[in-house]
Amino acid sequence: MKGLKKKIDSVKPQFEKGGKFSKLHSVFDGFYTFLFTPNETSRSGVHIHDSNDSKRTMIMVVIALLPCCLFGMWNVGLQHALATGDPDHSLFHLFFYGFWAVLPQILTAYIVGLGIEFVVAQIRGHEIQEGFLVSGILIPMICPVSTPCWMLAVAVAFAVIFAKEVFGGTGYNFLNVALVTRAFLFFAYPSQMSGDNVFVSLGDAATVDGYSGATPLGQLAASTNGAVDVLGVTGTPLSYTDMFFGFYPGSWGETSTFCILIGLVILLATGIASWRIVISGVLGGFFMALIANHFATPLYPVTYLTPWEQLSLGGFAFAIVFMATDPVTACRTTTGKYIYGFLIGAVAILIRCYNTGYPEGAMLAVLLMNCFAALIDYCVVNSNINRRLKRVTVKN
Amino acid sequence: MAEKIRIKKGFDIPLAGKPSSIVTKDTITSVFAISPDDFPGPVWKAVVKPEDKVAAGDPLLIDKASGKICLVSPVAGSVKEVHRGERRHIEFVSVVKENESNEKTFSLPKNNADEMRELILKSGLWAMMRQRPFDIVPSPEVTPRDIFVTAFDSAPLAGELLTDELAKWLESGLEILAALTSGKVYLGIPAGSSISSKAAEVYEFEGPHPAGNVGTQIAAIKPVNKGETVWALDVVTASKIGKLIKTGKADLSTVVAVTGPDVKDPHLVETFVGASIATIIKNNLVKENGMRIISGNVLTGVKVSEDGFLHYPYRQITVIDEGDDADEFMGWASLSPKKFSVKRSFPAFLSGLSKPFHFDARIKGGHRAMILSGEYDKVFPFDIYPEFLLKAIIAKDIDKMEKLGIYEVAPEDFALPEFVDTSKIELQKIVREGLDYLRKELS
Repeated sequence: MKGLKKKIDSVKPQFEKGGKFSKLHSVFDGFYTFLFTPNETSRSGVHIHDSNDSKRTMIMVVIALLPCCLFGMWNVGLQHALATGDPDHSLFHLFFYGFWAVLPQILTAYIVGLGIEFVVAQIRGHEIQEGFLVSGILIPMICPVSTPCWMLAVAVAFAVIFAKEVFGGTGYNFLNVALVTRAFLFFAYPSQMSGDNVFVSLGDAATVDGYSGATPLGQLAASTNGAVDVLGVTGTPLSYTDMFFGFYPGSWGETSTFCILIGLVILLATGIASWRIVISGVLGGFFMALIANHFATPLYPVTYLTPWEQLSLGGFAFAIVFMATDPVTACRTTTGKYIYGFLIGAVAILIRCYNTGYPEGAMLAVLLMNCFAALIDYCVVNSNINRRLKRVTVKN
Repeated sequence: MAEKIRIKKGFDIPLAGKPSSIVTKDTITSVFAISPDDFPGPVWKAVVKPEDKVAAGDPLLIDKASGKICLVSPVAGSVKEVHRGERRHIEFVSVVKENESNEKTFSLPKNNADEMRELILKSGLWAMMRQRPFDIVPSPEVTPRDIFVTAFDSAPLAGELLTDELAKWLESGLEILAALTSGKVYLGIPAGSSISSKAAEVYEFEGPHPAGNVGTQIAAIKPVNKGETVWALDVVTASKIGKLIKTGKADLSTVVAVTGPDVKDPHLVETFVGASIATIIKNNLVKENGMRIISGNVLTGVKVSEDGFLHYPYRQITVIDEGDDADEFMGWASLSPKKFSVKRSFPAFLSGLSKPFHFDARIKGGHRAMILSGEYDKVFPFDIYPEFLLKAIIAKDIDKMEKLGIYEVAPEDFALPEFVDTSKIELQKIVREGLDYLRKELS
């Protein structure tokens, strides 16, 4: 590696101030620090540092997302095969069908998002920040498989510029960038983001008899005759195992609760996600689902789902594990995290059950609580301030 | 029986190079220096010129405002240099030791608080204390609410503080301190210690670093409120005060722990404050260059060059690799067991985080905005929200700083948060600037 390092060092001056490519300084610096951890040593304060840095943190989140991502690709293939009656269910056949179906989305998200990051970093004279490494993979995973790339590009550009860069970049945004992208798509292009025809990639093939491409929650939201069984794409009822492992159509990265749990274990073991948010989020969702189920009514068919089904279906688990735990947009105080998580869980199920216009409420619940996170923290910090003031008055 | 307090938040960094308990006497060091920058608060002026003869205990620098606080020469000899940096700022005053023993003896005070205070000021021991708020040398005009004395240093590789010789004077020191405060003297001892005292209220502290930091002990016993002043010192200074008042002699000797992964034989060295580093570490380093020599511990110490001097609190030298030639390829993807992290995102935790590690001085990442939350809280044993306090300091919002507890903290309290910080923010620097800003605005 010494040779490579020497070579890069020899072209470095051209990218510095006054050099031929000084306009590409941030991009160069981004790639340079990607290849070689900076040799910068401490100048003030402590002389030794923990090895964990922002790059490592982000990469751990990406690793935690991989099980969901790989399963999601395979599941896109599976749903395609089921819907079109393709008898070839071999692992590689299904996986590569899904891989090629979602690859353009992943590339679009990264190219547009990182492109904007590079430009902004150069304008501001900052280092390139890694936040988008995670957002870039999250965004396609929470979108339907048939989302057109140009829509994705517009939404990513909107979210990165208006939800992140205008506030100062990674660490300063108050809304989750991936969810702002999803919300932008949802409200700007509703017909491509919901309904029966967007969640299964059909290609040009004809469908089998009895095919329906609606997601389980979509089916329930559209139901008018009270309790319904949730069906798979071929019209057969889904078992709880199907729901837990994610063998059903949906936004492609978020269907498998099992894979999400693997990701959760990675995030909690490395100490990157807050277990407080996750636990209280699940409790909030479970609690709300229990209430809804107790007062189940044909008017709101989703209320017939048991709490376990509620937690396994749709984007709930994915939102709690990967969205609610985003440290920048969540509460920063310990007490605040419990409140924040619980409310996300409860509001997500509340929207899902009682607002039939939105089959899934997790996205809106997280975005709503993002807005309230600062307020919750304010109250928690104020109680600390009051405790301190009281200490003084007691003495007098 | 001492009351026991358990510190749960904190961390003992497993740095290699723990000192043995062998003490060698330093007889070769001839140059000693006092750096006024180690004593924040007063503006210092030099009262000696090069080639002046000084006795051990004669003042080298005094504070401009009151003229009462002295920084004294640790040895008898002649002044070598009053070294000035930019804008004639005094960086250090150095003294060459001469062989004849010439130690200043002060006349013993009557049993009177004012006279004792005067004597401590004159002897140079006053400057070894700190006051909170602001973490500065105490102002002679203010009577402290309480005085806190810590009996141990829990920082990485720190040696034992109290020698048998000094321990004899501890109780008299605590008695004298009790006469200087309107409140109590509190003594924080390590768990299992046999130190006891009648003059002070004794608390036993158990748990990881920063349990031995006096700031941690103040927070656990009786935090500082707005408008209050407390003094903080270690048992070494307390014992020396006892010795001073009983014998009239200011003890300016010190025991230095020479520690760290780059030291061949980590052990203790008995010398005087401000000793030049070169002679103390001579022939005791594992390599020739590429090292960082720190006067103090790795968390709060000062980087010095080999021709530099010991800095306050004059009790430790740590030598680690500088590491600026590492050129680590894709460090963020590393699976090396040599990379230490409290976060378990590197495999090192599999073999346990308590076995000794070789740290170097790299910051191991890029500077970022605060991203992860709750990182600091895990190693910050105060009833304070550190992230919010830091943000108030950065925003220079005095009202918020006061409300969030800036009067209770010193930069050293933020050392562990700075170590674990993923975003590599210079927290101690921020806190020091915040305290200085606040003091300026309020005066």
